[in-house]
Amino acid sequence: MSDLIEELLAGKHRALARVISKIEDRGSGYRELVSQLHEHTGNATVVGITGSPGAGKSTLVDKMAETYRERGETVGVIAIDPSSPFSGGAVLGDRIRMASNVGDMDVFFRSMSARGTLGGLSTATTDAVKALDAFGKDRIIIETVGAGQNEVDIVGTADTVAVLVPPSSGDDVQMLKAGILEIGDVFIVNKADLDGADRTVQELKEMVHMRDASPLAGTAGHHGVETDAVGEQDEDDNGDDETWTPPIVETVAKTGEGVEPFLDTLVDHRAWLEASGELNAQRRDRYEEEIRRLLREGAGELIREEIERQGGLERYVDAIVAKETDPYAVTEELLAPLRESVRE
Amino acid sequence: MSTQDSEDRTIRCLVAKVGLDGHDRGAHVIARAFRDAGFEVIYSGLHKSPDEIVQAAVQEDVDALGISILSGAHNTLVPKIVEGLESYDAFEDTLVLVGGIIPDEDRDELYEMGVDGIFGPGSSMAETIEFVRENAPER
Repeated sequence: MSDLIEELLAGKHRALARVISKIEDRGSGYRELVSQLHEHTGNATVVGITGSPGAGKSTLVDKMAETYRERGETVGVIAIDPSSPFSGGAVLGDRIRMASNVGDMDVFFRSMSARGTLGGLSTATTDAVKALDAFGKDRIIIETVGAGQNEVDIVGTADTVAVLVPPSSGDDVQMLKAGILEIGDVFIVNKADLDGADRTVQELKEMVHMRDASPLAGTAGHHGVETDAVGEQDEDDNGDDETWTPPIVETVAKTGEGVEPFLDTLVDHRAWLEASGELNAQRRDRYEEEIRRLLREGAGELIREEIERQGGLERYVDAIVAKETDPYAVTEELLAPLRESVRE
Repeated sequence: MSTQDSEDRTIRCLVAKVGLDGHDRGAHVIARAFRDAGFEVIYSGLHKSPDEIVQAAVQEDVDALGISILSGAHNTLVPKIVEGLESYDAFEDTLVLVGGIIPDEDRDELYEMGVDGIFGPGSSMAETIEFVRENAPER
């Protein structure tokens, strides 16, 4: 085992920080590091927090961490911010909001930027979660702006995904239709002390029930004839182990109001995941997806090496321009060694 | 992925405001310039204690820590940060920079404490960025 992993397992913060850097840089040797982590993982619960900019994600995460700490649990946070597509640089500002956990090293807060590596961010996040889990964190929170597919993938690495919605004109609820509604296991109307919060709660309830009634959800008929479809979330909703109806909770993250009930719903969801067998199914799916992703990366790397071995693509491009060959034929030719070993 | 080998790994910096000094225009300017240079910048926010700065520098595993002090308290605040970094084995491979108002007669003492560079008023941004690039610790 490498010294770095040994130090991480022994609880050295600097080693944990360095392992996450290696994961982010994806430099040489990072794969060996991550593969040594695997056997030590599986003890943490992982929650993804997403929502539009200004919804109050960082403030809520701060209060969540504080509450967990009061209960004697240790916390790891990964906060992801966008990076500039021009310089690759980024200002990562989520840390400023972590005011309640000052000087407490048992809250390990790490800022990450979406470094523009296509699909790479979800790999890095998954691996960073492994590092925090192996380190022994009880609770891991991933925080990100839910603005694009990439971000949706990231929160998808969490056991439970909470979507934050600020009260407003309904535009934010509109935004939710575009892909975020589907991933939410819990919806939070934050800043619930502001005008319009009640309306946003109602709108969300309607949408959640529409989602459940949709044939696409695979739960057609669930609550199909319920008359108080927009009523308060009641016990019965999640009484059976078959389906999960996302609860809608109201919080005022700034004051910490509603944070305890929110954490309770996370516990409920976790219990449902375990009871329904969904947790295991989800894990298996994710490991499978992870293998596929690593295979794609590995294969891509082999192909890059082969291209290099062939002296780059320049001369192929020349030949294509001169109409001597075409892109498909070139691809066939370059893949020939690979094809031979697979098919023969 | 070979698109990013360790040669051109992204440099991470913490831009820190420590103590009671509430002037952060300079820190903002530096943060933006670093970002535009392709660095990942974590900004601490105002009025942070040395402990908080140490916590952030350790957890974020930054290559460079830039401390902005305009209050004159550098002689008490900087040693606390250096000691804190040492206690987490993080001092050796963190580039420690101080910016702000540092009188000439205090500079030698700061360098002795382990500060790697001091950038006062009039320092050029390009010079500062170049300094970070060239002196970012090997890891």
